[in-house]
Amino acid sequence: MTQETITTDVVIIGAGPVGLFAVFELGLLDLKCHLVDILDKPGGQCAELYPEKPIYDIPGLPVVSGQELTERLMEQAAPFNPEYHYNEMVEELRKNEDGSFHLKTDGGLTFHAKAVVIAAGGGSFQPKKPPIPGIEAYEGKSVFYSVKRMEDFRGKNILISGGGDSALDWTINLEPIANSMQLIHRRDGFRAAPDSVNKMHALVEEQKMKFHLGQITELHGDNGQLTGVSVKGNDGEIFQVECDTLLPFFGLTMKLGPIANWGINLNENLIPVDTEKFVTDAEGIYAIGDINTYPGKLKLILSGFHEAALMAQAAKRYIDPEAKVTFQYTTSSTSLQKKLGVA
Amino acid sequence: MHIVLVDGHGAEHKLEALEGWRVMEIIRDHGYPIVAECGGACACGTCQVEVDPNWAAKLHEPREDELDMLDENYGGEWSRLSCQILMSEELDGLRVRLAPISVKEAA
Ligand SMILES: Cc1cc2nc3c(=O)[nH]c(=O)nc-3n(C[C@H](O)[C@H](O)[C@H](O)COP(=O)(O)OP(=O)(O)OC[C@H]3O[C@@H](n4cnc5c(N)ncnc54)[C@H](O)[C@@H]3O)c2cc1C
Ligand code: FES
Repeated sequence: MTQETITTDVVIIGAGPVGLFAVFELGLLDLKCHLVDILDKPGGQCAELYPEKPIYDIPGLPVVSGQELTERLMEQAAPFNPEYHYNEMVEELRKNEDGSFHLKTDGGLTFHAKAVVIAAGGGSFQPKKPPIPGIEAYEGKSVFYSVKRMEDFRGKNILISGGGDSALDWTINLEPIANSMQLIHRRDGFRAAPDSVNKMHALVEEQKMKFHLGQITELHGDNGQLTGVSVKGNDGEIFQVECDTLLPFFGLTMKLGPIANWGINLNENLIPVDTEKFVTDAEGIYAIGDINTYPGKLKLILSGFHEAALMAQAAKRYIDPEAKVTFQYTTSSTSLQKKLGVA
Repeated sequence: MHIVLVDGHGAEHKLEALEGWRVMEIIRDHGYPIVAECGGACACGTCQVEVDPNWAAKLHEPREDELDMLDENYGGEWSRLSCQILMSEELDGLRVRLAPISVKEAA
């Protein structure tokens, strides 16, 4: 499938709090942004790791939850009509001869941008793998950490492991098309919408699926094709569960990912930058937020916001060296207020 | 007051502990390579330890969010999050083993 290349001023890699605020700062300077994130939603760590936990050190917001902060940042960025591309991981980043950039995602999206902002935080969120010996041999053949196409699972004997929303949602969604469905979890408590938990229990009642308590200790099969698993029950007894497909859902963790392949200088998985422009060792590629490092760096949202403001000035000069960048306040500048749609 | 840490290689270390400190902080501040990615917010599960069964009963029951994190990180029967254990007189001598996922990979 070939899609048309998307042309824009700036591509921001990562829609965490810092990437979101960068839209605002770049927008004030008339730069249009596209954001790409491997998550299915904005907010980065705030949305994925602690949506309900309170944050106390955002200036002017004595207490705000990770989710609420994300929503406010989206609202603040909205006047600049940023475009969001979720469930996409930026895999390739190349500089063209004219100083512009080419980017490509794992889903096949391609971008042509005048500047690139890496706001990748702790790296891309990827599924956690359960520590079951030899699981690698089955990955991609009969063990999957995500469902890309439901049809691939039609007629399968599926075992899902985990107790979060993904585990419950996929149990419910795949049950009608699977030949058999089983769920395994280490306790009878779930970190999922109560409605999903009720639906799952109802399916068990109707004998449309089985629910096991315990943990998988061993996989059985040949050449990557699973035939069953050994489970240690909560009474310590080992029992066997037959299945040909295993879907473990144990949440997400951050891995640096493809950034290591872009030829950018890294130091212990962080990108060194200067504190004037927040530019990497490649002109036109900037790094802000948790992903960067410089003397005195603090991994705080607050610091990322400051970095976004200074980076935007530098990116503007890179993209349009002739432009006169004048310093203005949003409070008093009619031109800025027009951009924000309030004047 | 102290705790006993069994590291990734099975070696034992007696660590000075302070009342009210999280066991995760005690391990980290003594320079052991504990991941503890989220800094004690009960949001990552990478401070997981196995508590010596003789000590397990002395700990408070895990809260729901601790159980969720243990679920996500393949916790076993004696697993707890060390960031959710606060040091107290009662726990003087507590023995914990660092879980493999909590050990930082050498950079
Ligand atoms: C439990 C917890 C509590 C915290 N409390 C506070 C607090 O009270 N105050 C505070 O200031 N900070 C706090 N922090 C830290 C704060 O969350 C981070 O500093 C902040 O999220 C960094 O924002 P960011 O935008 O740089 O990166 P992130 O939030 O990490 O977002 C980066 C995004 O980039 C995406 N990404 C990375 N690589 C790619 C790629 N190649 N392709 C596509 N997408 C990619 C990731 O999937 C991710 O969504 C806390 C963190 C945790 C875990
Ligand atoms: S440090 Fe993250 S859960 Fe304990």
